[in-house]
Amino acid sequence: MKAMDAGTLTEPREGLHARPHIEVEVQQQSERQLPSRDVVFSIRDLSVYYGGFKAVRNVSLDIFQNQITALIGPSGCGKTTMIRCLNRMNDLIENARVDGEVLYHGVNLYDKRVDAVEVRRRIGMVFQRPNPFPKSIYDNITFGPKIAGFKGNMDELVEQSLQKAALWDEVKDRLKESAWSLSGGQQQRLCIARCVAVQPDVILMDEPCSALDPIATARVEDLMQDLKSEYSIVIVTHNMQQAARVSEMTAFFTAEVQEDQDRRTGVLVEYDKTEQIFTNPSDERTENYVTGRFG
Amino acid sequence: MTSGAIDIGALQGSPQRRRRESLILRAFQLAAALSVLISAGIVFSLLGEAIVFLSNVDLSQLFAGGWYPRRGEFGIATIVTGTMVVTLVGMVVAAPLGLAAAVYLSEYAKPRVRRTVKPILEILAGIPSVVIGFFALTWISPEVIQRFFNDASAFNMAAAGLGVGILVTPLVASVAEDALRSVPQALREASVGMGARKRTTTLQIVLPAAVSGIVAAFIIGMSRAIGETMVVAIAAGGTGGSAFTVDPTGPGQTMTAAMTALAVGSDQVRGTDGTFQSLFFVGLLLFFITLTLNILSERFVRRVRQKY
Amino acid sequence: MASRAGSLTASDLVAASLHGRKRDIGGGIFQALLILALFVSLLVLLVLLYDVISGGISVFSERGADFLRGRLSIVTAATAGVGQGIFGTLLLTVIVVLVAFPLGIAAAIYLEEFAEDTRFNRFINVNIRNLAGVPSIVYGLLGLAIFVKLLAEFTGGRTALAGGLTLAVLVLPIVIITSAEALRAVPHSIREAGYGVGATRWEVIRSHVLPSAAPGILTGTVLSLSRAIGETAPLLLVGAVTGFLASGGASLYEQLYGGYTALPVVIFRWASLPSQDFRALTSAAIIVLLALTLTANALAIILRNRYERKW
Repeated sequence: MKAMDAGTLTEPREGLHARPHIEVEVQQQSERQLPSRDVVFSIRDLSVYYGGFKAVRNVSLDIFQNQITALIGPSGCGKTTMIRCLNRMNDLIENARVDGEVLYHGVNLYDKRVDAVEVRRRIGMVFQRPNPFPKSIYDNITFGPKIAGFKGNMDELVEQSLQKAALWDEVKDRLKESAWSLSGGQQQRLCIARCVAVQPDVILMDEPCSALDPIATARVEDLMQDLKSEYSIVIVTHNMQQAARVSEMTAFFTAEVQEDQDRRTGVLVEYDKTEQIFTNPSDERTENYVTGRFG
Repeated sequence: MTSGAIDIGALQGSPQRRRRESLILRAFQLAAALSVLISAGIVFSLLGEAIVFLSNVDLSQLFAGGWYPRRGEFGIATIVTGTMVVTLVGMVVAAPLGLAAAVYLSEYAKPRVRRTVKPILEILAGIPSVVIGFFALTWISPEVIQRFFNDASAFNMAAAGLGVGILVTPLVASVAEDALRSVPQALREASVGMGARKRTTTLQIVLPAAVSGIVAAFIIGMSRAIGETMVVAIAAGGTGGSAFTVDPTGPGQTMTAAMTALAVGSDQVRGTDGTFQSLFFVGLLLFFITLTLNILSERFVRRVRQKY
Repeated sequence: MASRAGSLTASDLVAASLHGRKRDIGGGIFQALLILALFVSLLVLLVLLYDVISGGISVFSERGADFLRGRLSIVTAATAGVGQGIFGTLLLTVIVVLVAFPLGIAAAIYLEEFAEDTRFNRFINVNIRNLAGVPSIVYGLLGLAIFVKLLAEFTGGRTALAGGLTLAVLVLPIVIITSAEALRAVPHSIREAGYGVGATRWEVIRSHVLPSAAPGILTGTVLSLSRAIGETAPLLLVGAVTGFLASGGASLYEQLYGGYTALPVVIFRWASLPSQDFRALTSAAIIVLLALTLTANALAIILRNRYERKW
């Protein structure tokens, strides 16, 4: 920790006190109750633009280690945009531009010196639709470690990863078969195993169950509980029950009409313990959403 | 990484990997930029010699007399007219045949029929033009043209035009079919839903909706016909040059055939001053005509895309 | 449309109006016309094949392999053959494969995978589309000015190398366009999966995008190859030999830097000879050329149909 980035960190950061003061009342309320855990991401005044269109406005929140953090909200509220900022997946979208900071263990991910590829190695992602490579199950797992220069026993790593993803027993006899022969739920767990294989620190999940049936969904949710002891997990979901079931912390986003634009911009309404969000939200909009009156 | 913060160095990745990445990017970029170099090469190589030609030749020569470059007669009007005659004959064949084939394939054919017929059209499109040229000379000319026009000569522009038409038909069909298929299904359903017949739907809804794309198909076909060389070089006659003519049943010369005529027979382009350069002048003219047509057709294609 | 003994029920009336329209004769004629048009196109293909095969088959039955080995001649039909033409065409093909394919695929990868939407990249795209529409004979002029004259030091003038390079430039835009289409068809999710586990762009391309796009790229390149095999006009301009060709040198170097001819050039030359003997030879040479190009085309079509992937 010798060369802390003086450019991006103007003051030493202690827990939650160094936030910009955008949504003051929300934060004050939260700070009273938030657990004192290590922070993985500290998002500061983050805005995202696609060309001239502002997709997300001034978001600030902290994401904690070894917890599941859920991002919820109606469609178009910018939750997917948000999560894709956390491993610089938005770099791949043309015209995408980011204002503000995403501090990952104190380092701004959008610092010029940071390599997006290295970021994604440490911060893995699982996508909406299962997207295994059109290769064998085995090769799906080994691709990431190989390019990262993994030198250890590959067979062991494959077994470990598949076991962590609770898929080993189902596929151990057919590792050479095409990943596309698996069912949707299995494919998604393979994608999780593939992600785990590069030994990331954080796993981002963008609506990982939206293409799965209820049984497969339940398995993935169980898996998330197993994984959180080792990894920090951020999940985007449009399914409120899922957020309530799996997460410790929940951030509720909504889409706001901007005066100067005809499209809607995502804003963070409230960020708190999941229990709090679903039982005693402090913002009326959150309450309307979680009680199903809107969205 | 349980302790709060990490060093920025940990996120900088491997410099070696980054260097390799940017090296590969440069190499690929160079390959893509090469296409610009090729275009520049075309324009400059044509332009240079064409300017030499124009400065050596009295401009009034270009619009008088026939095209006999080895004798110093450079009547451009002759070969431009020849090109127009051949193209016209070709499009009279290719436009209706290509469009009808496209309409059938897009609106009427069952998937199974489509799967068989399309490859056959593609094979037709893949036949080398020198083969069509031979066919035009040895079959189309005696069996079709001379049968209808008793005094037609063995080498004639009509046979060459029909050959060009055969060559261009698959192209017209394919571009027009793309245009027809890009018409949204909802339009057809709306029409059929009001009790319109299939034919009415096709003629009054689908064709008008795809009209830009169909025009584009015709223009592309025309551009291709103008640039077509071997069919004309073999079947239209006039290898040594040609007097001004608009008679399709007689021999004539197009811009492209005139160019090959200059190159063939001697293995060397030779003749009086300006003969060699005239090749480039005609080439330049051809290049600009086809380029204009291609850009025009691109406009029309884009109009379809914007609409749907 | 039957009505029972004068008493029409309501359902009879409905049935009558539903079945009862006159048959759509106009529609039938319209459809018949469309089929006729298609049929004419296909018929032309058949007549052409019949004409060529019936005209040339005797050469094969009389001379057999001798014709395939024989040397280029425009004087003695009895001994003339397409040996040098076939060899020249294969030599040109190899040059095209070595030059146009790597360059074309690399350019396509750049345009589809790396290029951002800048003005320059848009210009490159438009430029390539326009190049694809340039008549082949203009490429002949380019080859004449650049490869034969300007780069004579390097190509040796009117050599197989100059001819091959000219054809390579000619098919380059086609290779780029078809390869780019194949790359575009690879779903974005595959790329995201690669980036998601920390791969660089090139790693994603090499390991996932290219293998997925390979059948499409292969189809496009084979099609462009078939085009190169059949091209005649540009070769005439860059000096493919049409009369008499001394036997090429023994070494590959001498072949590359020597005079050459190609199958379609031979066909063109023979087709313009008045002798009836050469007419049969022309048909026979066309059979050989069609065998080459149609095989390439058929291969491409089969490849495409077999590997056409539904994502």
